[in-house]
Amino acid sequence: MITFDQVTKTFPGGNVAVDDLSLELPTGQITVFVGPSGCGKTTSLRMINRTIEPTSGTISIDGEDVSTQDAALLRRKIGYVIQHAGLFPHRTVVDNIATVPFLNGVNKKQAREEAVQLLARVGLDESMANRYPTQLSGGQQQRVGVARALAADPPVMLMDEPFSAVDPIVRDGLQKEFLRLQAELGKTIAFVTHDIDEAIKLGDTVAIFRVGGHLAQVGSPQELLDNPADEFVADFVGRDRGFRGLSFVTADKLEVEPVRAYVDRATGARLVLDDGGRPQGWRFEEIGSPQPLAGTFTVEDNLRLVTDLAISSPAGAAVRVDHDGVADGVVAHEAIARHLTAMRRESER
Amino acid sequence: MITYLQNNYPEILSDLVQHLWLALIPIVVGAALSLPLGYLAVRIPSLYQPVVNVGAVLYSIPSLALFLMIPVIIGVGYLSPLNVLIGLSLYTLALLGRTVADALISVQGETTQAAQALGYRPLRQLLGVELPMAAPVLFAGLRVATVANISLVSVGALVGSGGLGDLFTGGFQLGFVEPIIIGIVLSMLLAGVCDVGLVLLQRRLTPWTRVGGRA
Amino acid sequence: MLNYFGYLFDGANWQLSGDSSIPERLAQHVGYTLAALALAALIALPLGLLIGHTNRGAFIAIGLGNLGRSLPTFGLVLLLVVYLGVYIWPVLLALIVLAIPPILAQTYAAIRSVDPAAVDAAVGMGMRPLQVLFQAEVPMALPLIIGGLRNALLQVCATATIAAYASFGGLGRLLIDGLNRNQYDQVLAGAVLVAALAIALDYISALIERVVVSPGVRERGSRRSRRSRSAARTQSRTEESAVSTSR
Repeated sequence: MITFDQVTKTFPGGNVAVDDLSLELPTGQITVFVGPSGCGKTTSLRMINRTIEPTSGTISIDGEDVSTQDAALLRRKIGYVIQHAGLFPHRTVVDNIATVPFLNGVNKKQAREEAVQLLARVGLDESMANRYPTQLSGGQQQRVGVARALAADPPVMLMDEPFSAVDPIVRDGLQKEFLRLQAELGKTIAFVTHDIDEAIKLGDTVAIFRVGGHLAQVGSPQELLDNPADEFVADFVGRDRGFRGLSFVTADKLEVEPVRAYVDRATGARLVLDDGGRPQGWRFEEIGSPQPLAGTFTVEDNLRLVTDLAISSPAGAAVRVDHDGVADGVVAHEAIARHLTAMRRESER
Repeated sequence: MITYLQNNYPEILSDLVQHLWLALIPIVVGAALSLPLGYLAVRIPSLYQPVVNVGAVLYSIPSLALFLMIPVIIGVGYLSPLNVLIGLSLYTLALLGRTVADALISVQGETTQAAQALGYRPLRQLLGVELPMAAPVLFAGLRVATVANISLVSVGALVGSGGLGDLFTGGFQLGFVEPIIIGIVLSMLLAGVCDVGLVLLQRRLTPWTRVGGRA
Repeated sequence: MLNYFGYLFDGANWQLSGDSSIPERLAQHVGYTLAALALAALIALPLGLLIGHTNRGAFIAIGLGNLGRSLPTFGLVLLLVVYLGVYIWPVLLALIVLAIPPILAQTYAAIRSVDPAAVDAAVGMGMRPLQVLFQAEVPMALPLIIGGLRNALLQVCATATIAAYASFGGLGRLLIDGLNRNQYDQVLAGAVLVAALAIALDYISALIERVVVSPGVRERGSRRSRRSRSAARTQSRTEESAVSTSR
């Protein structure tokens, strides 16, 4: 657990970057600091590993005040990932990853072997081990940066906009892998981003900062979407809060209609299946070959996806499949809307 | 010191003037030649590395050696001022050729593509778009070459064309420090004035680099 | 024309012993050059690293760099010899003093030019200041630092040549003595040998640079195409060669 206790940071010249911040970052969870430029999120992050020192207040990790510890040793126990990776160009990928173990005096051969294992963990091929950072793409460099932060197996990790400098497709892949990794490792992570969607996607807890270093609201992503504390938070979270909130509701309770008999009332379209029962597309009476589906969903997917599939579908309905890809249900727009109404009545009780 | 200045004022002045043209003519010649050379090195990519390599080799040769090889190659007397003029021009060319090439490469991008799309012909684009954009880098190189040349002219005293360098050799032979110190001071002042002059010229020629907001 | 090369090809001049033989002069020249460079580096490198790492006293590095560039090398050598006498050590002193500014300025610039993200990462991971300097900053700045040393090497070699006028030894003696005696074959021999020495020293130092600098940091011949060079980097490269002046 990381605790901020009335922490303030004023820079010479009078700029108040962080104003009386008190916050708890739960152990084993991802806490995201998010907010516009100049809101103090990065400053707050960097006070945890003392790369910036607070003007007043204390920060503690598991009860121990960080200012009482040797800064260098403290940092070796905290993983640190930054926006442009900051890899050492003069060292190979393996030696980059093994930086902190080397500093801690671990036997070089052993440290390097463990570093190679970490490569696989972050989704990189072993052949990358002896390459140099300049030979890697941006996304690959970022993965190495994460591996480097994990090398000494620190309980705490600080991440400062780690996925902002790559293109959206790469970023999406990195985010998914990051969540998978965290599910395995369960580290206490402080994550900074300026992107509210990323915050909602990744955070167990989200802390929204306002310009001037004030905490505007702290809570789970669902709470922020459902009950923004004020207009700033509502604006920052975005106009389509309701729709985005659906991404936290799974489709397991959604009723579906049987596949075989399904006919779209509006257009008369029928679902076309192959021999194995997998959906191929919608056949309309007038058009010969079936129109392909926008996608399918499973019971584990969320309602936001299902709604989107239904809207994009030429037949106005989303198709559910089981784990083998066999179609096992169809749900039309109207059914989804009915389900949402039922949910609302449930929550009002 | 003051007495020396008073007694030898005319000589010192003529040395200074000689120093000035011995330094500046090669700058002008070298700079002028470096523009087409640098341009060609960019247009014909296979030329780039040879230009850089030859320039590096040339620039590594000590000045006195260069001044003394030129008479053999072109057949003038050892004490001809041409040796210093040609030698320093070669140095300037070696230094600035690469500067021009690198500067032109570095300004290629959206602006030059836009210029081409607007219909600029290559020469006009070079003169009207690329060179002005490359001006800061070019001037940086020019300032370096100028200060270097001013320092090197004094070596020419050993081959009869030394400008202020004559004060050094004269002082040495007589065992007087005054002329040497005066020569050093004047040489540094000259370098300083030329440097400032180039900065002012740069500002005059590139007013757009001075205005504009902070990013 | 052929008699210009008389001196160069006269076997008598190439004997290994004897004061005025070519090998002797060559050894003197190389010896003094390397000694002066080493001593200058001993002073300028640590100072440059310190100023670069702490970013305090930058004006010393930059100011001295500019000052050194405009100081006429020939004048300084003769000044010190007149003041201190016609010995070897005033010339060596001049060589060292002249070599310090370019090494200092270039080392400082090299450390400052290092990728700040990598330095931030180094500090954030728990390296102590000296570790940051030697395990992160210096290896990344190495090409520029060595570049500064190579420039200084050529400058010292060139100044040592001219110092022959002040009765210094080395290959410059061939030039000076030859001029005095109107023995132009000797002059040409000297000129060719000095030029060849300078080129050889530059080439050897380039080889050393290749060995010492990590493959991940080499700029020239790296996979990055030269077309991707930004204007800022070109400016800093010009400044890099800017430190090299006197020849």
